[in-house]
Amino acid sequence: MRSSIRGSGISFTGHALRFLARTPAAWVGAAILALLIFLAAVGPALTPLDPLRIAPTQKLYPPSRDHLLGTDDLGRDLLSRLLAGARISVTIGFLVLAIAMGLGVSLGLIAGFWSGWVDEVVMRTTDVFLAFPRLVLALLIAATLGPGLYNAMIAVALSWWPWYTRLVRGQILSLRHQEFVLAAASVGAGPGRLLLRHLLPNVAATIVIQASLDVGYAILAAASLSFVGLGAQPPTPEWGSMIAQARSYLIDYWWYPTFPGVAIFLAVLGFNLLGDAIRDAFDPRLRFLH
Amino acid sequence: MARYILRRLALLPLLLLGVSLLLFIITHLIPADPAKLIAGPHAGPEQVAEVRRVFGLDRPLPVQYARFLFSLLHGDLGMSIRTDRAVQADLGEYFPATVELTVIAMMATIVIGVPLGIAAAVWRGGLFDLVAQVVSLSGLSFPIFFFGLVMQLVFSRWLDWLPLGGRIASDVAPPAGPTGLYLIDALLAGNLAAFASALQYLVLPALTLTLASLALVVRMTRSSMLEVLSQDYIRTAWAKGLVAPRVYLRHGLRNALIPVVTVLGLYSGGLLGGVFLVELIFAWPGVGLYSVDAILALDYPAIMGTALLLTVVFISVNLFVDVAYALLDPRIRY
Repeated sequence: MRSSIRGSGISFTGHALRFLARTPAAWVGAAILALLIFLAAVGPALTPLDPLRIAPTQKLYPPSRDHLLGTDDLGRDLLSRLLAGARISVTIGFLVLAIAMGLGVSLGLIAGFWSGWVDEVVMRTTDVFLAFPRLVLALLIAATLGPGLYNAMIAVALSWWPWYTRLVRGQILSLRHQEFVLAAASVGAGPGRLLLRHLLPNVAATIVIQASLDVGYAILAAASLSFVGLGAQPPTPEWGSMIAQARSYLIDYWWYPTFPGVAIFLAVLGFNLLGDAIRDAFDPRLRFLH
Repeated sequence: MARYILRRLALLPLLLLGVSLLLFIITHLIPADPAKLIAGPHAGPEQVAEVRRVFGLDRPLPVQYARFLFSLLHGDLGMSIRTDRAVQADLGEYFPATVELTVIAMMATIVIGVPLGIAAAVWRGGLFDLVAQVVSLSGLSFPIFFFGLVMQLVFSRWLDWLPLGGRIASDVAPPAGPTGLYLIDALLAGNLAAFASALQYLVLPALTLTLASLALVVRMTRSSMLEVLSQDYIRTAWAKGLVAPRVYLRHGLRNALIPVVTVLGLYSGGLLGGVFLVELIFAWPGVGLYSVDAILALDYPAIMGTALLLTVVFISVNLFVDVAYALLDPRIRY
């Protein structure tokens, strides 16, 4: 009874958060991510052994008490390497998103606000980027920049920004003639103030929802580049490149590629579960589908 | 309708011009000197300069771009540095394998994904719904390259049912035929041994490639079916006494399919990206494998040619999808 009375005064965000709290998938996702971020923060302190330490006498040991997840072809402890990789993957996920969002959102704000030729130039450029299959473009850019973890991140981000530009521009187009924007403009707010203080906060929720769905994909895409050999280079314990190195050992030493694979799966799953739940919570149209 | 198609077709050359410009810029930012790569590791400075002059690499960039466009318009993608053959000849050889793989994967996606999505929506909260949720979540979260390795481990190593990689058994002659698609060529020639072998080699890579697109299609079919089933006209269909299959398929599915078709079109880009990884894992001799080798060798005419080919395919598929769903849905008018 009380809740229904109180309910009338609750904001949209409040409703969305309540919905989120009642979604079991959101909790599972949040739990996985909490663990992942915790490991990324303190993982290296927990690692039983140095992730880079080579031990030629302990090559390809199966999981045992000394090496919980076994060792790789250079005798390095897999658990230690996976824990060190958590930090790399989390960094990749957030950095890729930060670059793609930074570029995409700014261009979207600009294109939506100053229509005319600026809009044309920006939007035709996004058309060209979007004409490429995403991973193909990322591979192409990574190949140009040369192999390396940071180049791979830039490559993934550069294949990603146009989605944010489109999203933000569409929203700005529908907002910029609304009364609160016109009112701010009429009392002398300049373009910078209008964009940052009045328009950006109104599109922020959409951007955050999209981003929460994208972090998982960003991690996957960067791992894919590493798997092809264009991302992190050995001996960096990045999960995708660990699988690439483990590939030829798959048949006889199943644990070697399996554990990094499971690690990527869990990390991406965590982001997807939470991202889906956030999207459903903030888009009431989608709630009844679950 | 005709006007919409014409407008889309009219914009196509502009888009392709933009794509070629972006490709040109990206490939000319490559830090390695292409002239040195072409001349080989033992070439002296004079030879490198000679190569630069012969290939026009000493000209200003706008001139190089104009020449690149000119050859492109004549169907000339340049010479591959790695294979020393015309890139279009290489692509002609590798492309059918990729087409065979992606088309089969796309068909598998539709054949498995659409019925599963419908079943999940019709028996919401039931067993099919659970399967659909698991498939769609794991499909989106599983790295495709790791999934491929697991398939190899289980079906090639442990069960020994299917081959590890390649396109056809080494003791079976590849079927020669007009299409380059082994399955079709083998059938046309009535060569059942080649057909069986090609099919065996195709199963694992195609299944791996299907995973991610299946996830999207199941999810989209389920949610759009649920949305359609809550509409008034569905209630009307029940009320006038129609039997369940007729309500679900004639009234429900027909309307639910439109967003699914859109997603399939958009996702064809994902399929074309995934094909790189799948071809690499299963040693499938398609353009994905070809271009990964090209990338690692900094063979930029080959990289550019492949990217251009895949992009043109992607653009065409999306154009086709847009037109297809205008035809599917009489409400859509451009």
